[in-house]
Amino acid sequence: MTEGVLRICHLYPREMNIYGDCGNVLILEQRMKWRGISSQVISCSVGDDLPSDIDLMIGGGGQDSSQLVVQPDLLSKATRITRLVKEGVPALMVCGMYQLFCSRLVLKNGDILKGLDIFDAETVIRDTRLIGNISCETEAFGTVLGYENHGGHTHLQQGVQPFGNVSVQRGNNGKDKTEGAHWINAIGTYLHGPLLAMNPQIADYLIVKAYEYRYGKAIKLDPLPDIDQTLVKNLRMVAQTRPR
Amino acid sequence: MPKTRVGIGSSLVLALGKAVRRVSRLRRSGVGGGSAFPGLIVETISPNLAPSILNNLPYGVVLISGTNGKTTTTKIVSEILVAQGLRVFSNTTGSNYMRGVISSLLGEVSLSGQINADIAVLELDEAHAVSFVRHVQPRYSLLLNVMRDQMDRFGEIDYTADLLSVVAAHTTNAVVLNRHDCRLASLSKRERPEGVPPVHSQKMLNEGERLTADMRWFGFAPELASVFLQDDELWNAAGHKDAPSQRNPALCKAEAVLSSADGAQASFVIDGKEYHTKMQMKGAYNALNAAAALALVRTVLSLEGLANSSINENLVSSAGRVEGAFGRSETIFVDGKSVELVLVKNPGGFRLALDSYNSEGYDTAIAINDQYMDGCDMSWLYDVSFKSLRSSGVQVVSGIRAYDMALRLAYEEVPVRTIECNLKSALKCLLAQRKNASCRLYCTYSAMLEARKQLLSMNQVVEVNRHD
Repeated sequence: MTEGVLRICHLYPREMNIYGDCGNVLILEQRMKWRGISSQVISCSVGDDLPSDIDLMIGGGGQDSSQLVVQPDLLSKATRITRLVKEGVPALMVCGMYQLFCSRLVLKNGDILKGLDIFDAETVIRDTRLIGNISCETEAFGTVLGYENHGGHTHLQQGVQPFGNVSVQRGNNGKDKTEGAHWINAIGTYLHGPLLAMNPQIADYLIVKAYEYRYGKAIKLDPLPDIDQTLVKNLRMVAQTRPR
Repeated sequence: MPKTRVGIGSSLVLALGKAVRRVSRLRRSGVGGGSAFPGLIVETISPNLAPSILNNLPYGVVLISGTNGKTTTTKIVSEILVAQGLRVFSNTTGSNYMRGVISSLLGEVSLSGQINADIAVLELDEAHAVSFVRHVQPRYSLLLNVMRDQMDRFGEIDYTADLLSVVAAHTTNAVVLNRHDCRLASLSKRERPEGVPPVHSQKMLNEGERLTADMRWFGFAPELASVFLQDDELWNAAGHKDAPSQRNPALCKAEAVLSSADGAQASFVIDGKEYHTKMQMKGAYNALNAAAALALVRTVLSLEGLANSSINENLVSSAGRVEGAFGRSETIFVDGKSVELVLVKNPGGFRLALDSYNSEGYDTAIAINDQYMDGCDMSWLYDVSFKSLRSSGVQVVSGIRAYDMALRLAYEEVPVRTIECNLKSALKCLLAQRKNASCRLYCTYSAMLEARKQLLSMNQVVEVNRHD
């Protein structure tokens, strides 16, 4: 259908890979391949330079100790990453990487890790972990399903758009009924699953935005009925019946 | 060492526990697996009873823990020691926490608190091992590996490593460790592996708890490195070509090193000499479990003064004769067709299982549940590569989360013939595939229990053969 190579930058796969979020990368590659769009995944771990061409950025969850290693390296790339997001490069940052895309992260011992400040929000690590199946209502993507597992409680500043809305005891902090954050084409979220397995409409959104960024054209992607109308549809029906 | 008898009060508690155990076993016919309820009773009424019985054994307690391989390794260790003439008490039914241990004990102990054993070889789940070792100090412990597993339960791998540091700290004589696992190797140095700052080190240890025992090692030869990926290398499960290897094995001298593992045979290097054996339990990961068991047994025998010069060869051949543990890899025959059940609990385990078993000639099924014991977050499936199933395909996908698994396979371009959430129907479908093919079912824990039950009830005259 369409030609071109879209470049996916996978941020810190070596350090932030504990919750299967690398599955999001595979899903994007496949969904592009099935539509005739070539992609190249470039890993950028601590010590690596950012690739010269980036059309989409992905990052996943990791351990608290990994964030300590990632943070200084990430901050050294802050200018370029922030500029890319402002230019409309789509990004999906899950869990630990979401936290580092916010303004700051307050650790249990009181130390503060400065983030990229792409999402104007602060995260505080607490003893209460928010763990379990979660369903989230979003404007852009309808009902989004996933599994959350985090001790970080994120508070969005006034005016920051959440990714979606949830019931109490779930989401960003369990209190204000928000989940994640969404700014321009960058999404931050606590949802694993992996997110794009359970919600392929988000994968297609990222692909469309990446294509638009690179080629200046808005495209319509062919549907994938075998995947989305059968497998994903049934998967979601089951997932919604599972206990918290 | 004189055997102590317990007092009348304790005898009564034992009698009660034994009675409850008898009743509970009558009510649970057919499924297998131990109930911990009798153990709960004894633990509640008389919490020091089981510890005192175990602490009085002539050669004490040997504890085995880690993410993958506990049950199988415990079985190998027990059988090697029995072949050496020791009487072994073990909790091999998979109840790997204090109450489960006590329940197993109730089946073996007399009312006067006597147990017909020289040594206890116990499998303990990482989380429960902490409270166990604070009551019963093992003389020896074997820590197999630390890998991502049930992240919704453990939260972080470092946390799991911290739990095992407590086990190591309470071991009195020797701790046997996997020399290739950086988190376990760091227990000895009391510092984190390179590149990870010392944030969590020893945070679980109480005041005064520290590792004082001898350290011994087990491992595999460098040629086998690509077979046994450590957790930090698992991120490359999807096979991205620009992934740099960060393998830096600490090749310290090991009590036993797996030098080759090829389906039905394995070789081990002990004291500079190589020993070969046929293996009843197939699969590279079982061969590595055997190496771990050999290292532990050698350590116990030498430190307890039980070793002799011709022993190594006997130990290796004993290891080779051990058959698979309950539900780990077990074959059940239904109407002459064999169904191999392979338990998969986490990415490392699933990966090794897929690498160990050739799918040619087999009808393959996968059953994935998401209950507490299976792991509730399906993300873990994306840390496993299923490429090796592309040529043969998967005949049936089943379990509560069959669709998540089927989707995973679709994204890996592995053909799937049938999706059937109901395990009983799925098994019938699997058995009906090809006349001449054997069947293999990869399943998570609760699916394995259910599959066993269904398969065993499909046969009036049951032929159960445990091998691999």
